[in-house]
Amino acid sequence: MIQFQDVHKAFNGKPVLDGFTLDVQDGETMVIIGYSGSGKSVALKHVVGLLHPDAGDVIVDGRAVSTLDRSGLTELRRDIGFVFQFAALFDSMTVADNVALGLVRRDLSDEEIAERVREALALVDLTGTDDQYPAELSGGMRKRVGIARAIALRPRYILYDEPTTGLDPVTSAVMDQLMVRTREHLGVTGIVVTHDMRSAYTVGDRIAMLYEGRVRQVAPVSDIRESDDPVVRQFIEGRPA
Amino acid sequence: MIEQVGRRTVAAVKAVGRFGHFVSDTARALADVGVWGPLTLLQMRRVGVDSLPVALFIAAFTGVVLALQASYTFTGTVPLYFVGTLVGKTMMLELGPVLAGLALAGRVGASMAAELGTMKVTEQVDALETLAYDPQSYLVVPRVLAGTLMFPMIVALAILTGIFTGWLASIVLLDLSTPEFVKGLKLFYRFKDTWFGLFKSATFGFTITLVGCMVGLGTRGGAEGVGLSTTRAVVYSAVLLLVLDAFWALVLLR
Repeated sequence: MIQFQDVHKAFNGKPVLDGFTLDVQDGETMVIIGYSGSGKSVALKHVVGLLHPDAGDVIVDGRAVSTLDRSGLTELRRDIGFVFQFAALFDSMTVADNVALGLVRRDLSDEEIAERVREALALVDLTGTDDQYPAELSGGMRKRVGIARAIALRPRYILYDEPTTGLDPVTSAVMDQLMVRTREHLGVTGIVVTHDMRSAYTVGDRIAMLYEGRVRQVAPVSDIRESDDPVVRQFIEGRPA
Repeated sequence: MIEQVGRRTVAAVKAVGRFGHFVSDTARALADVGVWGPLTLLQMRRVGVDSLPVALFIAAFTGVVLALQASYTFTGTVPLYFVGTLVGKTMMLELGPVLAGLALAGRVGASMAAELGTMKVTEQVDALETLAYDPQSYLVVPRVLAGTLMFPMIVALAILTGIFTGWLASIVLLDLSTPEFVKGLKLFYRFKDTWFGLFKSATFGFTITLVGCMVGLGTRGGAEGVGLSTTRAVVYSAVLLLVLDAFWALVLLR
């Protein structure tokens, strides 16, 4: 279980998270929606200790992230796969090496690593791209390699940062299918940060709207669709102010 | 005015603190041999072999110029075999390490700052952390070790090249014989001349790579931030290199 407990974070004196509180239950996919720059990605980075809160904390399976030392953080990160907005693949490595990178740190034989890489690439429909370099792939393929890199670790949690941003509608739908399939296949708990409502409705069990640094509304997808909160309605309908 | 001085002083103290913190993180990461070991060999090739042409090119022309300037200065007053003395001493003690160091500050320091800066702004450094790697042991230690180990080797070859071209210029352009040049080269030679230059270049290598990594990993923003970091890395490295040069002369040559 992941719990954001009254998280506050400011950059250059400007508050981004201002009392952000949210519980993500085991096995569910929580979608965090909100305007660009509203702090969705910032919240996500707190889960893996890439950012530290000014106040409050994120609790992952009872571990307060901000109190963990380096070895504690390393242990925590073994349970979490992170899919970055622009994939964050290593340019100098092949697709297979990118996917294998996190596995090398674990006590796995070369055969086990190769098998996991093969499985992960198959799950994202990228079998046969092992020897290609990121520069040779399309944006959608790069994002799928990013997912493969995360699921190869067989994590308990997967965090997706804007997984469909910058993709055409068809490729976005493929990404949505992939996230659903990943959850069904691996049974992982997920947090998806997005402002793509079609994607949010497809992959989410619950949706939380982040607004002015805190959760404006959190509810199952069907309830969010019917929400009568004016801020939520305006966002999901994409109406200008 | 006073407020501005105060603000700059605080910023400078903070920068020194960040540098100290970065150095201690790098030292701590040395324990992670399994990560930095294999990567160091790759970096040694990149820092060493790939930087060799530019260092040798500079050294070759420096040797020729030194011989000609020595001859111009000595004419009629100092025996010409002192050309060998001047070329040897100057290449070993000063121009070999410093000119190669400045050239490599541009080449190695800038390339490290640009590479790590790009990795930083494209979240590759964050990705490394989420994959349970310490960026210090994966990115910084291999580069700093490679710089510290390879710079003395590059400088040693640069010194030899400079002396060789100085000798060539002496026998072709100055009518100096090889025995005379060698006589001058041996005159006043001390073993310290050799190790001083090489030791100094190891500290240059350490500083240039450390600064390149620190500035690169501190990059913010996009392409503009990477450009800014690249420029900063070269300027900071060059300034620190000259300060270190004076420091070692004060400490070791007095």
